[in-house]
Amino acid sequence: MASFWEYANPRKFMATSAFLLPWTAGIAGLCLVTGLVWGFFFTPDDFRQGSTVKIIYVHVPSAIMAVNAWLMMLVASLIWVIRRHHVSALAAKAAAPVGMVFTVIALATGALWGQPMWGTWWEWDPRLTSFLILFLFYLGYMALWEAIDNPDSAADLTAVLCLVGSVFAIISRYALVFWNQGLHQGATLSLDREQNIANVFWYPLVITLAGFGFLFLALVLYRTQTEIRARRLKALIAQERMA
Amino acid sequence: MMPDLGTYAVPVLSSYGVSLILLFAVIAASIWKARRIRARLEQVESRRDRTT
Amino acid sequence: MIGLLKRDLTLAIRAGGGFGLSLAFFLIFTTLVPFGVGPQTAILSDIAPGILWLGALLACLLSLDRIFQLDWEDGTLDLIATSPVPLEGLAAMKALAHWITTGLPLVLVSPVLGLLLNLPGPGYLWLMASLVLGTPALSAIGAFGAALTVGVKRGGLLLSLLVLPLYVPTLIFGALTVARGATGQDALTPLILVGGITLGSLAILPFAAASALRVNLR
Repeated sequence: MASFWEYANPRKFMATSAFLLPWTAGIAGLCLVTGLVWGFFFTPDDFRQGSTVKIIYVHVPSAIMAVNAWLMMLVASLIWVIRRHHVSALAAKAAAPVGMVFTVIALATGALWGQPMWGTWWEWDPRLTSFLILFLFYLGYMALWEAIDNPDSAADLTAVLCLVGSVFAIISRYALVFWNQGLHQGATLSLDREQNIANVFWYPLVITLAGFGFLFLALVLYRTQTEIRARRLKALIAQERMA
Repeated sequence: MMPDLGTYAVPVLSSYGVSLILLFAVIAASIWKARRIRARLEQVESRRDRTT
Repeated sequence: MIGLLKRDLTLAIRAGGGFGLSLAFFLIFTTLVPFGVGPQTAILSDIAPGILWLGALLACLLSLDRIFQLDWEDGTLDLIATSPVPLEGLAAMKALAHWITTGLPLVLVSPVLGLLLNLPGPGYLWLMASLVLGTPALSAIGAFGAALTVGVKRGGLLLSLLVLPLYVPTLIFGALTVARGATGQDALTPLILVGGITLGSLAILPFAAASALRVNLR
């Protein structure tokens, strides 16, 4: 069994990700189409929320993946800081825009859901607000990557920002709960799910969740490949200039 | 075929629409960037092979 | 390290601006608010806690990019990095100097500006207490942001983008302390939380700032 750290070698990573990419992308497409079609066409209306309950199939998975994307960036940054594997830093860079898009989807669908349910597009509810702040963190992280020319310095600085940002993001999360007890419903996906959500809604939700997860994975693999190529391109151009 | 969305048709449809558009946008942006970088890399590498 | 602090303070005083500009900004900001929301004293006293905290926060933000920029440009930072003073100490001293030149004056003038915005009576004590406890966190976070962006040309805007989301918890608890104090509710809990954030920031962020400086000095 090969060690996990072998994938820190860009060549090895390129080969393995080239093999994995069609599979993850295929599974993502399959799960997304099945889950969304099932969720949209074949689920009953909720007795209280009417047909808006169908929004759950895009809202909840994107929200979960928005947070998980940041977690993945945090882990990748830690690996970069500790073990200095370039692929790890590039994977964090590649994940940020995807995570940001998930955050935007969660915010937009949340607003569209809130409008008929709570009677307002936007509510300064802790969960919504913490997603807005998460969005700002993604923006700052990506802006810092863009601003610094030297790729190694950029990787180091963004990794530090990601670590510190994570601490402050968690503090913000609890500060917001303290600040305003919101009207957002509690967690839909918890261990005691029988009380929260019926099976008819649960199965398609799990499938879309898997779809969003695999989509994230496929996009990160794909974008990391691009980043590795971009890094090589930059190095080659620099070499030509030297020669 | 179309399910009856009742009074909430607009928010439900638009939230699906927004999500799909954004997902396709990020996928398209990734593919576009990948193609561009790959083309430029091949260009530079072929130039290198010729000179060496 | 004390020498570094003294040097920074002397520079700030001799160059002028350091003390004056952020105070002037704070004053102008609070003066502009009634023009925006109207002169009704009831509304003003309702929003005064938030406005005062926001003003203090933005005034802090204004002078952040100068924390390391000047020393970076003229090479002083490289000299200090090769001296026996640890960079962590340098970052802490820079944050302290920034706090003494901007945070402390802001605390001292805040009651006067509270008067302008018709802050209710019991709020003044809480305002000063929360600012005294909270502004060091603003300076420490700001020093970290400044260390991250020191190598970026015209990094001021980027600095704000990075630092402002980190200011969220401090702002929430700080403004909440004043708002609760002004209306006679329990203000001690948020005040303690402000203190907690400050202590935590002071403990962690000099190390983060120093590691960012090391990267930028490479």
